[in-house]
Amino acid sequence: MKVTKEAIAGTLESSDLLVKVAPSARGTRDIVIRSEVIKQFGKQIKHVVTDTLDKLSVSGGSIVVEDKGALDCVIRARVQAAVLRACECKELEWEHLS
Amino acid sequence: MKLRRSMLFVPGDNAAMLSTSFVYKPDSVMFDLEDAVAAREKDSARLMVYQALQHPAYRDIETVVRINGVDTEFWQKDLEAAVRGGVDIVRLPKTEKAQDIQELEAHVARIEKACGRPVGDTKLMAAVESASGVVNAVSIATASPRMVAIAMAGFDYLVDMHTRRSTGWEPELFYARAAVLHAARAAHIDAFDVVYGNVNDDEGFLREVNIAKQLGFNGKSLIHPKQIDLLHKAYAPTEEEVSRAKRVLAAAEEAHRKGLGVVSLDGKMIDPPVIHEAEMALQLAEAM
Repeated sequence: MKVTKEAIAGTLESSDLLVKVAPSARGTRDIVIRSEVIKQFGKQIKHVVTDTLDKLSVSGGSIVVEDKGALDCVIRARVQAAVLRACECKELEWEHLS
Repeated sequence: MKLRRSMLFVPGDNAAMLSTSFVYKPDSVMFDLEDAVAAREKDSARLMVYQALQHPAYRDIETVVRINGVDTEFWQKDLEAAVRGGVDIVRLPKTEKAQDIQELEAHVARIEKACGRPVGDTKLMAAVESASGVVNAVSIATASPRMVAIAMAGFDYLVDMHTRRSTGWEPELFYARAAVLHAARAAHIDAFDVVYGNVNDDEGFLREVNIAKQLGFNGKSLIHPKQIDLLHKAYAPTEEEVSRAKRVLAAAEEAHRKGLGVVSLDGKMIDPPVIHEAEMALQLAEAM
């Protein structure tokens, strides 16, 4: 899936996260994660983000996550929403979203 | 019999509520993709609901998704998210006629086949919100074997009827409540009363709960977790009712053991409706 434009999804409210996705000039996949619980759950958050991106076949793009203590299912959904918006994807392939 | 007193609305794009609503233990959680979600956030909310449905916290609670109406561009995508996510019940708003349910059912079956769910696994409920919906309530309630409930939605209905909400016994809703309830009972499905919008008015809420309970509704759609406990307590049988229910069932059991067709308790005949009422009272008591 190719990131073609900037897009965001989510909010900065408690239990949510804001995900910003943008095309990468170098073509690499760059992930930045900021979280209030980075010490406790940083590895898990990164795992969910990268797994979600892998399933969507996102190999390039800038992905910035501002986490406010979201559950895994919320992280997955917001990353998916931001990526699908950034890729201007209209038809969902559900097997890649579980 | 599945107990359905409380159906808690949870906005589909509200991360905090999606992450916590199960702790309040409503009988059913209803993730809303319709009015609670702005048009530009429908895509994100759909994914939130799809993911939440698969979260282990929701395995032991009945899940419902209110999709957008069949007259919108959103409803089929909502349905994909709900059915593929494993929802128990799809709630269709603004149901006007039986064909709305039949069209919904055809798409649910298509998606079930596509994602490997057993066909028929997903149940349906309809919300009627207009004069047409109320008039067609019986055909709506009986439109599909998947139907498990029908709900009355007050706001749009009252606008359609050129009136507004009053206090007291709410005569403006009486006909619709009675019609929807009769449709549900004729179809042997559950009936939900309208939401009560003022979450700070417990007295008004309980007044309305008592109207719904007295008429025979199974429960209400709720918009705030604080209404759950109030509702459950209002629906709970008294100690006296529980005691009598136990005696009724004991008398019926003894009659069955002795091969008697009919038995009486305190001079009153114990027949199947009385036994059913006793079983319902004990179920409500055990749920507290």
